[in-house]
Amino acid sequence: MELILEGIKQAFLLLIHGDPNVIQVTILSLIVSGIATIISLLIGIPFGSMLGLTKFPGRRVLISLINTGMGSPPVVVGLIVFIFLWRNGGPLGFLHILYTPVAMGIAQIIISLPIVTGFTMATIQQLDPKLRLQILALGASRTQMVWLLLKEARLPLLAAVMAGFGAVISEVGASQMVGGNIVGRTEILTTGIVGTVSTGDFAFGIALSVILMVLIYIVNVILTSIQQRGKTR
Amino acid sequence: MSLEQDSPSVIVASKSPVLEAKGISVVYGNRKVLDVPSLQVMPDKVLAIIGPNGSGKTTLSLCLSLLLKPTTGHIEYQGHTVPDGASILQMRRRFAVVFQEPLLLNTSVWDNVTMGLHLRGFKRQEIKKRAEHWLERFGIASFSKRNSRTLSGGEAQRASLARAFVLQPEVLFLDEPFAALDTPTRQSLFGDMINILQETQCTTVLVTHDRNEAQTLAHRVAVILNGSIVQMGSPKEIFSSPATEDIARFVGMDNMLEGIVISNNDCVADIDVKGYIVQGVSTCQVGGTVNVAIRPEDITLLLSKPSSSARNVFPGKITATIPSGPLVRITLDCGGFSLTALITRMSADDLKLGIGMTVYASFKVTAIHVIAVK
Repeated sequence: MELILEGIKQAFLLLIHGDPNVIQVTILSLIVSGIATIISLLIGIPFGSMLGLTKFPGRRVLISLINTGMGSPPVVVGLIVFIFLWRNGGPLGFLHILYTPVAMGIAQIIISLPIVTGFTMATIQQLDPKLRLQILALGASRTQMVWLLLKEARLPLLAAVMAGFGAVISEVGASQMVGGNIVGRTEILTTGIVGTVSTGDFAFGIALSVILMVLIYIVNVILTSIQQRGKTR
Repeated sequence: MSLEQDSPSVIVASKSPVLEAKGISVVYGNRKVLDVPSLQVMPDKVLAIIGPNGSGKTTLSLCLSLLLKPTTGHIEYQGHTVPDGASILQMRRRFAVVFQEPLLLNTSVWDNVTMGLHLRGFKRQEIKKRAEHWLERFGIASFSKRNSRTLSGGEAQRASLARAFVLQPEVLFLDEPFAALDTPTRQSLFGDMINILQETQCTTVLVTHDRNEAQTLAHRVAVILNGSIVQMGSPKEIFSSPATEDIARFVGMDNMLEGIVISNNDCVADIDVKGYIVQGVSTCQVGGTVNVAIRPEDITLLLSKPSSSARNVFPGKITATIPSGPLVRITLDCGGFSLTALITRMSADDLKLGIGMTVYASFKVTAIHVIAVK
């Protein structure tokens, strides 16, 4: 018990004094997960809209793959990305990005992309099909129609943002595998927490945990407030 | 109140159709849901497409408004075939569609009403001018800033109609716009629509299963049954001279009696209906099998046999009385056939009508419509 209390005390001291290591790990986590989420949104929202609005051969197979991807373990994603980027024979080994934030970002995109795509597709499909006809009847082009549908579904789409960011900011397996948890280079909040188990530096781990929880809480508070404001308007 | 009735032949002679469907069909899977060899929408007139639920009237309307590509055939706009591809958007922007549900977007009434104009790239000043006019005209100017989700059904449908009229469409499609509204709201909005359509002279395609709407608003009526247009004409032609038994039933001629013409003198035929003689205006030949169609509201019920020279009087025993709003449907067993009459609730009370009573059903020779059985 003493160990835990001492750890919490040390953690708060690290946070209050603005420990440079804690700040660096936090910033890197936000950058990697933030960029991965944005790229997932840029690809996943149009892709999910397309899946939700059109019919083509192989669509069902694609949807089942996306649904599988939504629940794929990050450690498996990490292994696949690792093999692709492995410098000794991996197909993309020549890029020399293994054990860099870029590799971590790629793994996180692969984790969050199916989530964003799946949420977008479900959201679009939940809209009244007649609404598409009405928007077209108003004189919208196909692109304008998709834009208006996404605007109409903006509140449920925030769930896609929340789920996508939540999945990557809290995953550890993939980032550990392709980033290597190199202190000062690829250490992020989750891998840093895992690392404290082997080093015994629980204060550092608890500090990172507090930051991680606060970050997730802040993001969700902001998104939820937007969502609820829209519902009660 | 009724719009001016024009003879279809006069319309065809004076103007060319705005829209024309040529040989269109729509097939879902292996089921043909629409098969219309030809249909014309004339300028400045209201065409009503009427039919029961699932008859294909909305599918036809979607094809005409270029929102659904027919499986075969094509649509012509002012004599030119509507092309596929990007240019269909420019064609579609000449029309406006109002559906049964208002289908407003989750934004303000103003944004909803002006959306079509924004999509067409109108200037702000023109958008403001048009939107203010039509919001005022539909009586919803006071809540233009309100979110559409806060509107009642009637208010939302008014916003939907304003959204269509601001576009000043060359053809307006109304797909059962009053069907989802409660009676007082429907009556109020319907009254406004009569005036607005008279004022604007907007070419309109009205899809409805409501016979009163079609009779009141339309210059021409197309009856669609099982995906095919089975009769086309003025409201008077459709509602007083339906071409088939099915159409007669749909336009409200609930009494359908099969008989054989036994004589015909100067177009007044004696028709043998199970041993009873029914007289009606008809050109059908002697010996021909016919259906005698009578509207329930054209049948008068009497407690005693009338002393007048009424030709069609039949005694019958009341077998059912079904209240229907301010009216009562009375079913009589007249021996070989049954008749249904529609009378006011007050009349039913005055006559003290009840099941088992014997009354006399009377109707005029001109009240019946005789349909030859092919």
